[in-house]
Amino acid sequence: MSDKMVEIRWHGRGGQGAKTACLLLADVAFSSGKHVQGFPEYGPERMGAPITAYNRISEGRCTIHSNIYEPDYVVVVDETLLTAVDVTSGLKPEGAVIINSDKSPEELKPFLAGYPGKVATIDAGRISEEFLGKNIPNTPMLAAVVKVSGVIGEEQFLADMEQSFRHKFADKPQVVEGNLQALKKSMEEVKVGS
Amino acid sequence: MAIKDRLSGNEAVAIAMRQINPDVMGAFPITPSTEIPQYFSSYVANGEVDTEFVAVESEHSAMSTCIGAQAAGARAVTATSSCGMALMWELLYVAASDRLPITMALVNRALTGPININNDHSDSMGARDTGWIQLYSENNQEAYDNFLMAMPIGEHPAVQLPVMVCQDGFITSHAVENMELLEDEKVKKFVGEYQPENYLLKKDGTLAIGPYGISAYYMDFKMQQVEAMKQAKPVILEVAKRFEELTGRSYGFFEEYEMADAEAALVIIGSSAGTAKAAVDQMRKEGKKVGLIKLRVFRPFPMEELAAALSKVGVVAVMDKAEGFSNAGGPLFADVRSALYDLENRPKAINYVYGLGGRDIKTTDFEAIYEELFRILKAGVTGPVYRHIGQREE
Amino acid sequence: MRKASEINENTPWRELTTGAGIAEPATSKLFNTGDWRTMIPVFLEDKCTHCLYCIPYCPDSSIPVHQKKRLDFDFMHCKGCGICAKVCPFHAIEMVKEEK
Repeated sequence: MSDKMVEIRWHGRGGQGAKTACLLLADVAFSSGKHVQGFPEYGPERMGAPITAYNRISEGRCTIHSNIYEPDYVVVVDETLLTAVDVTSGLKPEGAVIINSDKSPEELKPFLAGYPGKVATIDAGRISEEFLGKNIPNTPMLAAVVKVSGVIGEEQFLADMEQSFRHKFADKPQVVEGNLQALKKSMEEVKVGS
Repeated sequence: MAIKDRLSGNEAVAIAMRQINPDVMGAFPITPSTEIPQYFSSYVANGEVDTEFVAVESEHSAMSTCIGAQAAGARAVTATSSCGMALMWELLYVAASDRLPITMALVNRALTGPININNDHSDSMGARDTGWIQLYSENNQEAYDNFLMAMPIGEHPAVQLPVMVCQDGFITSHAVENMELLEDEKVKKFVGEYQPENYLLKKDGTLAIGPYGISAYYMDFKMQQVEAMKQAKPVILEVAKRFEELTGRSYGFFEEYEMADAEAALVIIGSSAGTAKAAVDQMRKEGKKVGLIKLRVFRPFPMEELAAALSKVGVVAVMDKAEGFSNAGGPLFADVRSALYDLENRPKAINYVYGLGGRDIKTTDFEAIYEELFRILKAGVTGPVYRHIGQREE
Repeated sequence: MRKASEINENTPWRELTTGAGIAEPATSKLFNTGDWRTMIPVFLEDKCTHCLYCIPYCPDSSIPVHQKKRLDFDFMHCKGCGICAKVCPFHAIEMVKEEK
């Protein structure tokens, strides 16, 4: 990664964990020595309502405290948002949009308002069901974002996440392995279209 | 060695409170400051502090609790936002006039209505005449640092005034950023113990606080508050110097950013100053002489210092994140323009009210403001003085 | 801290106590409200039965009691309101114009 700041915008629905994933990304980027920002766009908290969260990741401190209008990457945690929200608004053509879906990038392209850049899909819901026994797509999504954006080295990411899981789940260590498997699976499976 | 961490602004302030270990916290939850007492109550529950946490039924009672505690000789803290602070209103005056150096973490939020939970400075700007010292923070680091400096300032024998440490709701309170923490023992040493000369629970002493002050006395006690606010200025600088020796981070009444040869300048408070700095960086690359002043201390208002810092610029835009409905500009503008009046060659000055109720302001907005300042400079005509930016127009 | 007895309406603001704190108890004892009187109660001891009915009626606690017997008035604090004279069942208090 160059000195350039990377800006990421997350689209999800209230209660799906998009904000948590955004803060997790900030955590792991911080652990790898970056300067980070992770912040949600707040409003009344309503389960299911579209929500947005943001990350800035850079080598030096970023002083900007506005929302992100021209992101390098967009992450869509819920595919049903594609028809409700203009998710690729301002997204840089050299960047990518990463969508939680069992469909292929080609199948979703028509829903992306003519976005000319890369489209990636990952069936984070299924992976989560498979390894964690329930649909919590945010950690597999996070892995896909790291893979596609290259914002953090993959080895470093997995090591940091393991540490973070061991800390977070200190009282239930049995779930750590499942979470790590979900991350690895997600990095293998993410489909990047043209 | 400083401890590197990534924390939200609310976490940072809660940690500062834990490190200080105050005697009493009186607080009532309100978005977006709720997390501060929430985090802090877990420190209390875990035995990490021995603070008496008083869970009250309203903010009026929260501030009353702090007043009672501080008068008794304890060090009291609270955290609030917006309507919560509005409900403390009469007590804010009581705390200041009784000369009780209570410390408040204020997470700035708009006042109703329409009902809104997002950031602007209406709450603290409304409280600017209550007699509290006001420190504002651009980011999480500053929110933490300002909170650590608040007590040494407020409790100084020459000052004895309450201090509110402001940060922007959600923008910094709920945003995770890199920052550096001090070790607990360094904080304790820096902040020290609260040692009032007189207090209600003093052994062998007697004290009455908050008496009636008839006309023959009231104004004289107000003069004392005025004097304390004056005395606060050198104390704020002394404490900042001591803090710099400890951390290497430098603070004053305000921060001058690219002001040495600036022709066009902004005066701004809080998190948006950081966004404006990015605009300054961009325009400096294009060879444009722009700069900004980020005000940290709004009460006491550093009038002479600010005037001197702006004496060389041709034109200044004062940015208000609060509407005063005076028809003559926001509260910051009124004070800044008044400060400029005594300059021999005062710059032209305009006011922008921005960011109300969480309306976002971007680097490109600041670039547009600087371009407007250059147009004013070129034309030599100020044009409308009282302006708004960010609202939808047809 | 300066005592309340050392402060009056001519005290400059810098010499007042910080935040109007009062660092000694019972400072109202020092305040000469007897000055406000135009009428003065006269205690007619020979008519008094020491029923002490006047005591709770006095709004200024200006009738001292010693060993279950009332004494003459505390003229530093009595404002001359006349309530005691009104309530005394034995006409043992008389209100007269005070000559100053």
